[in-house]
Amino acid sequence: MSGNQPWNEDRARATIAPYAAEPGGLLPALHALQAEFGFVPKPVILLLAQAFNLSRAEVFGVASFYHDFRLDRPTGAHVLKLCRAEACQAVGAERIADAAQARLKLGWGETGADGTWTLQPVYCLGLCASGPSGMLDGEPLGRLDEAKLAELIERVVP
Amino acid sequence: MTVRVRLSLDTASIALGGKGVARALADAGVEIVPVGSRGLFWLEPLLEVETASGWRAFGPVAACDVAGILDATRAAAAHPLSLGRIEEHPFLKAQTRLTFAHCGAVIPASLQNYIEAGGLAGLRRTIEIGPKAVRDEVLNSGLRGRGGAGFPAGIKWNGAADAPGDVKYVVCNADEGDSGTYADRMLMEGDPFLLIEGMVIAAIATGATKGYIYIRSEYPLAVAAMRRAIVAAVEGGLLGASVLGSGHAFDLEVRVGAGSYVCGEETALLESIEGRRGQVRAKPPLPVHSGLFGKPTVINNVLTFAAAVTVLTKGADFYRDLGFGKSRGTMPIQLAGDIKYGGLFETPFGVTLGELVNAIGGGTRSGRPIRAVQVGGPLGAYFPPALFDTPFDYEAFTAKGGLIGHGGVVVFNDTVDMANQARFAMEFCAVESCGKCTPCRIGSVRGMETIDRILKEPDGTAQIALLRDLCDTMKSGSLCALGGFVPYPVLSAIDHFPEDFVAR
Repeated sequence: MSGNQPWNEDRARATIAPYAAEPGGLLPALHALQAEFGFVPKPVILLLAQAFNLSRAEVFGVASFYHDFRLDRPTGAHVLKLCRAEACQAVGAERIADAAQARLKLGWGETGADGTWTLQPVYCLGLCASGPSGMLDGEPLGRLDEAKLAELIERVVP
Repeated sequence: MTVRVRLSLDTASIALGGKGVARALADAGVEIVPVGSRGLFWLEPLLEVETASGWRAFGPVAACDVAGILDATRAAAAHPLSLGRIEEHPFLKAQTRLTFAHCGAVIPASLQNYIEAGGLAGLRRTIEIGPKAVRDEVLNSGLRGRGGAGFPAGIKWNGAADAPGDVKYVVCNADEGDSGTYADRMLMEGDPFLLIEGMVIAAIATGATKGYIYIRSEYPLAVAAMRRAIVAAVEGGLLGASVLGSGHAFDLEVRVGAGSYVCGEETALLESIEGRRGQVRAKPPLPVHSGLFGKPTVINNVLTFAAAVTVLTKGADFYRDLGFGKSRGTMPIQLAGDIKYGGLFETPFGVTLGELVNAIGGGTRSGRPIRAVQVGGPLGAYFPPALFDTPFDYEAFTAKGGLIGHGGVVVFNDTVDMANQARFAMEFCAVESCGKCTPCRIGSVRGMETIDRILKEPDGTAQIALLRDLCDTMKSGSLCALGGFVPYPVLSAIDHFPEDFVAR
């Protein structure tokens, strides 16, 4: 992932191009754009509509349907995802979530004003026998407790 | 001679410190054979060291244990983390591993290693006996769809084969979104060629030439493992213009989801691959007649395709002779939540829920008593210990107001608040509803509000009646299993734990 590149229309067009001819290429194109810019910037809706011969409304409808695509702003420099699904609930996920929210001073889906952290809920990472689970900057985390969480956060941003 | 070790480096092992162990091993000059997980998660990261007398397992290993373990194996001495031969471990010994026979033992990145372990025998037999005979085998094996619905795979494959059309597709549903389930992830990360072989068998059996594997974005390592395996499969002639020289063409591609639970529903999944909102389609037409891009499509779960390999390798009779009632063969059951020995337990259908969570799972990890067990994901019912004699079988679970779904078993201890769990089910449904049908879109929100009122009003009897009525509407009026099945956790919570549904 190149991540959080500044907006550049030519770069966006180049990112879209390989997917335009692919059947059902809109989703892979959105993934690629988000990997490039850290979110789905508004101007790409028009570029995608042109490339896929769709209306802007159709493209926006797809981009806004999926939880993964961020339409407002890029994620923070570090992304902490915590599982909120049943198997993790059964081993205290809520406690971990409360601790994370208090420590990062963020609610679900929020990014801090300084752009350091984003806290996201996730519903199952397939770590259901090793919960509470999460993911920090793409690295999976298992058997979380408050102390381990504090240490991980501290290690990333002292 | 360099010491060789097998180290599980799947998502679960990494989540528990596997990469640190790998670094310590590399520093010690050891040759690491990266493998998937055996599915004994309380022992992850699991390490196997090659010795003169075979592989010796250790777990759970931390980076600081590595030096001591290497010393102990060199001196053939005892070690507190020593497990002996992992195949002899009681948790594995008690299983009938067919689908997961090689997961954790083979190198997931090596087609050569897969073939050496006996892989591709099912596909070679497929090419030998031809499409019709393959479909007969699958039909006669009694194999039912492992995604949750339990529809006979052979009937589905016959439907797609008989449907007119020059282009046909095989689609693998790897959008394993149910909490408590991880079998698809384990298989894709640990033995990806098994899934590829199963999909090629389905393609030859139905005349399909193109396949897609739709994997959820929450599984980045599974996506990477499958993509790597597909490249190797193309190079090895397992995919491409002529599969193993048979003249059958089949190409395979991975598509990544984008965080939508409802895309695990087969028609929403097809919409998503087509690049649209993951909205459920009304059936008919069935996907076997008009599926992906309007063409005849076989869509099955990861475990169904993988089981088809066993059916073709060992024969329909072998598979059908295992199981219980109308549920034939084995089911990879996933023990999760507050459970001591959490892991993957593949066994013929028929084992009881009580055996699974107490005898095999060892009760709770926390040491507290079990209060409820949710089987089959967020849309599955909560079972109290009084129903622990229920055998793991599609029909037996239906008869008790539940479902086995994708085989996830989540254990809750006595601190669980069942009204909260019921509310969460409705909330989850509201967040994940695709919005196409009213009972699901509106009903889930009304359900949340009604549960809130039950917990506020001094006499909730009327509200509980209303909630039951709403569940009835959602059950019979929803387009798909999301709105249609969310009444299972809600009603089971009310029925078995009524004491939690009072004002507080």
